[in-house]
Amino acid sequence: MNDMSAPPYKVVGTRPVRPDGVDKVTGKAVFGPDFAASGMLHGAVLRSPHPHARIRAIDTSKAAALPGVRAVVTGADFPTLESLTMALGESSGDVLDIARNCMALDKALYEGHAVAAVAATSTLIAREALQLIAVDYEVLPHVIGIEEAMAADAPVLHDTLFTKGLDATPDKPSNVATRFVMANGDVESALAGAAAVASGRFTTAPVHQGYIEPHACVASVNADGQTQIWASSQGAFMIRSLTATILGMPISDIRVTPLEIGGGFGGKTTVYLEPVAVLLSRKCGLPVRLVMTRDEVFRASGPAPGSVVDLRIGADKDGKLVAADIEFRNSAGAFPGSSVHATAMCSLACYRIANFRVTGWDVVSNMPSSAAYRAPGAPPVVFAVESALDEIAMQLGLDPIDLRLRNAVRPGDPGPMGMPHGPVALVECLEAAKAHPHWTAPLAPRHGRGVAAGFWPNYGGQSTATVSVAEDGTITVVTGSPDIGGSRASMAMMAAEVLGLPYEAVRCIVADTASIGFSMVTGGSRTTFATGKAVVEASEAVVATLRARAAAIWGIEDDAVTWQGGAAQAAGQEPLTIKAIAAKAGQSAGGTIAAEATVNPLDYAAGLAVHICDTEVDPETRQVRVARYTAVQDVGRAIHPSYVEGQMQGGAVQGIGWALNEGYVHDAGGRVANAGFLDYRMPVASDLPMIDTVMIEVPNPAHPFGVKGVGEAPIVPPLGAVANAVSRAAGVRLRDLPMSPDRVHAAIAAKG
Amino acid sequence: MTTATYHAPASLSEALGLLAAHPGAQVLAGGTDLIVQVRAGRAAPSAFIDIKTIAGLTGVRRSGEGFAIGAATPCTALLKDAALCAAWPGVVEAANLIGSVQVRNRATMGGNLCNASPAADSVPALIAAGATCLIAGPQGEREVAVTDLPQGPGRVALQPGELIVELRLPARPMGGGDAYLRGIPRSEMDIAVAGAGVALVLGADGLCTAARVALGAVAPTALLVPEAGAALVGTRIDDAALTRMAAAAQAACKPIDDKRGTAVYRIHMAGVLARRAALIARDRAENNA
Amino acid sequence: MSKVLIATKINGEAHEFACEPSASLLDALRDDLRLTGTKEGCGSGDCGACTVTLDGEMVCACLVLAPEVAGRQVGTVEGIAEDGALHPLQAKFLEHAALQCGFCTPGFLVAAKNLLDRNPDPSEHEVRFWLAGNLCRCTGYDKIVRAVLDAAAELRQERAGA
Repeated sequence: MNDMSAPPYKVVGTRPVRPDGVDKVTGKAVFGPDFAASGMLHGAVLRSPHPHARIRAIDTSKAAALPGVRAVVTGADFPTLESLTMALGESSGDVLDIARNCMALDKALYEGHAVAAVAATSTLIAREALQLIAVDYEVLPHVIGIEEAMAADAPVLHDTLFTKGLDATPDKPSNVATRFVMANGDVESALAGAAAVASGRFTTAPVHQGYIEPHACVASVNADGQTQIWASSQGAFMIRSLTATILGMPISDIRVTPLEIGGGFGGKTTVYLEPVAVLLSRKCGLPVRLVMTRDEVFRASGPAPGSVVDLRIGADKDGKLVAADIEFRNSAGAFPGSSVHATAMCSLACYRIANFRVTGWDVVSNMPSSAAYRAPGAPPVVFAVESALDEIAMQLGLDPIDLRLRNAVRPGDPGPMGMPHGPVALVECLEAAKAHPHWTAPLAPRHGRGVAAGFWPNYGGQSTATVSVAEDGTITVVTGSPDIGGSRASMAMMAAEVLGLPYEAVRCIVADTASIGFSMVTGGSRTTFATGKAVVEASEAVVATLRARAAAIWGIEDDAVTWQGGAAQAAGQEPLTIKAIAAKAGQSAGGTIAAEATVNPLDYAAGLAVHICDTEVDPETRQVRVARYTAVQDVGRAIHPSYVEGQMQGGAVQGIGWALNEGYVHDAGGRVANAGFLDYRMPVASDLPMIDTVMIEVPNPAHPFGVKGVGEAPIVPPLGAVANAVSRAAGVRLRDLPMSPDRVHAAIAAKG
Repeated sequence: MTTATYHAPASLSEALGLLAAHPGAQVLAGGTDLIVQVRAGRAAPSAFIDIKTIAGLTGVRRSGEGFAIGAATPCTALLKDAALCAAWPGVVEAANLIGSVQVRNRATMGGNLCNASPAADSVPALIAAGATCLIAGPQGEREVAVTDLPQGPGRVALQPGELIVELRLPARPMGGGDAYLRGIPRSEMDIAVAGAGVALVLGADGLCTAARVALGAVAPTALLVPEAGAALVGTRIDDAALTRMAAAAQAACKPIDDKRGTAVYRIHMAGVLARRAALIARDRAENNA
Repeated sequence: MSKVLIATKINGEAHEFACEPSASLLDALRDDLRLTGTKEGCGSGDCGACTVTLDGEMVCACLVLAPEVAGRQVGTVEGIAEDGALHPLQAKFLEHAALQCGFCTPGFLVAAKNLLDRNPDPSEHEVRFWLAGNLCRCTGYDKIVRAVLDAAAELRQERAGA
């Protein structure tokens, strides 16, 4: 659905083939596990079988003596670090924690925690060597669940962890890292006067990002300390700075070359293997490859936090929301950091509510350290809020979309952190959902229809781009932003639009950290916005140079030259094409035509999404089938609509999986019971219908083309949309995710 | 270090000789369980004895009035045998619920049986159908009812040096029909939370003359539930009989809570699936009268 | 440790390679033959990223022992395009934006081609169930299914015109 007033772009808004496409359909693309360096060794990581254990001693002598083994490292090989916090966008974390997560030092904090690693001439030898490493563990009591971890008598993971954000500093350590409170008005009075109140406890399980490509890297350290790393990640600069900081190296000694990334979804915004591979390579002087198995990915890389949310939300008789009281607890895993700020910020961001109190707790337990996952923190709490709104709509006999429209935030309304909302288009999304044929389609027996909204703030931040004109007038765009879903195409399109050239005349690549200026991770839905801004600025600088060159050729003022259709234009002159100007560049003062732009925009705009879901619940097996799904989203401006739709569809389906069947299951011993794709049940093609998309384009005035960022907002509504659909089909409110058939059966049985 | 050797015998006797010569050898059919176990470190055979290269161990052939299915026959190959599909659709369907197409192009019912997962899809269907298996070993050949083979999760009643040569299904009785259904959270690529196979025979008068009900994933091994079958015999598979049958099936369940589902739900599903499978089997039997 | 020498045909070309007897076909393709288009997503047959054909039937290369392919025909993603020209499935995947990260794409292409080779006119339902062994985490499958259906239509048209 295009805005009728959309400017007449020639390239933006079309659907060309991505520049890396042919490589990816022919098997040529080199992903993380595909790269091989000459003379490379193969590494393997020994992982703790215990969820919580003190490491008394590690004897690696037998492993080191095995023929073919060239290096062995343990936590003792890591430098001792001061605790440093550094800004890494949404995944800011404590570097010491990241180092300890890469390899345990004195304690293993979860099953799968790395305790040693080996590099050998073959993977088989490396794995055999692992079995020769003797670790003397003192097994400690473990704790997995959030509330169990918060209990006064719970085993404590970190002696140094004292809860932050309490009124008084606690006198002893606990598993509660942080309390965060956000409040306004008088919640209790407003709830007491409400005509309808929905309340209850909602829970979600920890879920994995589920990228199909396991973590992988190759590191090569030279005798002079200069180091190369080849890895797939959401940010080569992130790998560079984290690895350098963890290992106490000068940042410029490390060059990280990004390989094609096989999915990240936030889970590849930190390091697991790279510092270990560097240490192994440093010990033997040869390149070392580390690749996780799928089992390792599940046991040792970041799940998204599980959550327990208690809430009360009240509305007056007309459906105006009057108050909300939310208390949520997020499971951070082994180290603090479960996005409590983002969780709080997104919880009520869609609605005008005068009185609210949102309390969040960041809780550690003996699970893998949680990592960012697409709109980190938002989906579980929004599931609870959107479920409560569905109950209020039922209590008041209101259409659920009308209820949301009555309370929807508008531009300029107070935002979640006190700042006014920017150009939010929730009303437009809700109205589009209401007008969509899906909303009024008849419902078959046993079917239920749910709707939910979601907010994600998006992000901007630092990016660098260069735009160079080749001798024949074709263009190379270089960025430092790994392409996780077609961004090379959108960068080339934006440059082509500014330069007035066909898309095919512009090629875009992602460079290594030595070849482009710093750029933050591809995450926070920031790339098309922020890196796109850098590309546009660099393209505009190139246009300015092209105009100046034409002006010099014509002997007129720069201002008398305009740039249209890929050519300089001036009154009384034959247009001078970029090709003609480029051909003369070598003879011109100034020479080569190229420009670099570095940006750090913070005028990003939030993403809003509204999803409608129909589910069928089998009256006997209680199996849930998603029968129809429609995703509506304000995308600002869709540079490449197919890839914007793809983000909406992919986010929706990840959310459907989160709602229905995904979730970590731990056995009594605190070990992950379903660390594989068979029992960690992500949606397969036959589980789903087509995912209809409606793109609303309300441009962000702070971006030259109106881009807002689209990657994360679509995973915020589906948990609530699916839960509301299942609850209406089953005739009982489902409050616990995943809604696997046994859970639905239990809920229906409990209702009687 | 040692790694397993690989052998592709051309004959059954050669395979038996290899098994005898390599203690710790494993028979390799489809490999869809064994190779996963080896890679995960849960199995470390000294040798792989690939039986797919042995003539007669792949493919379906008539055996008297019934069928003999080579132990190394991939599940998808069963679909190509029209007579087998017509006679024992429940068995063929059960085998073709396992994994994905990629997996079923390799996986075999013999392997499904030997892997001895309580949730193996083909096993309840085979038990309901009254299947037997021909086992060869150092002491010669023996024929064992499928229901007697599983001994517990991962354990089967095979002696060292023995392997399954073929699965045998009887001729479809006049008025016979079978069906297998399973419950899974997804629509494909999943392990049964519960499964039920039913084979029954309707007489000319429409009354059930024989019925076998077998359950999967509700006990350490697939279960034959004679009481459930008995509840159908002498009836027109009407609602009351189905209710008695489902209750008998549920009463036989001894499930556990695990990552795949709760015990309560498994018992519930055993009844639901047995009832639904019986209705499909009844329809098939009526069309076979 | 004694390697065995395997002679096989990959994408129609004769190849020989040495491998551990217990190595998987996937390891042999990726490590010994450096055909890294076939991906490892799980190593347990649950994701389909390593889908290849073996004598025309699609299998997970991680669940085949390398010595098993001696004397047989293996087909991988690298063999789908002919003489540098994309197969209609590959072109439709690009046209429909049926890949985001592209890691699962080789497996999907081999599986989808295997379907269209035997069923030129599959329904959406058939496509979805045929591809249920191939996990994609980026796309939600919508554009993949559309690309396969569109490629099937184009191939039917090509055949009708031929």
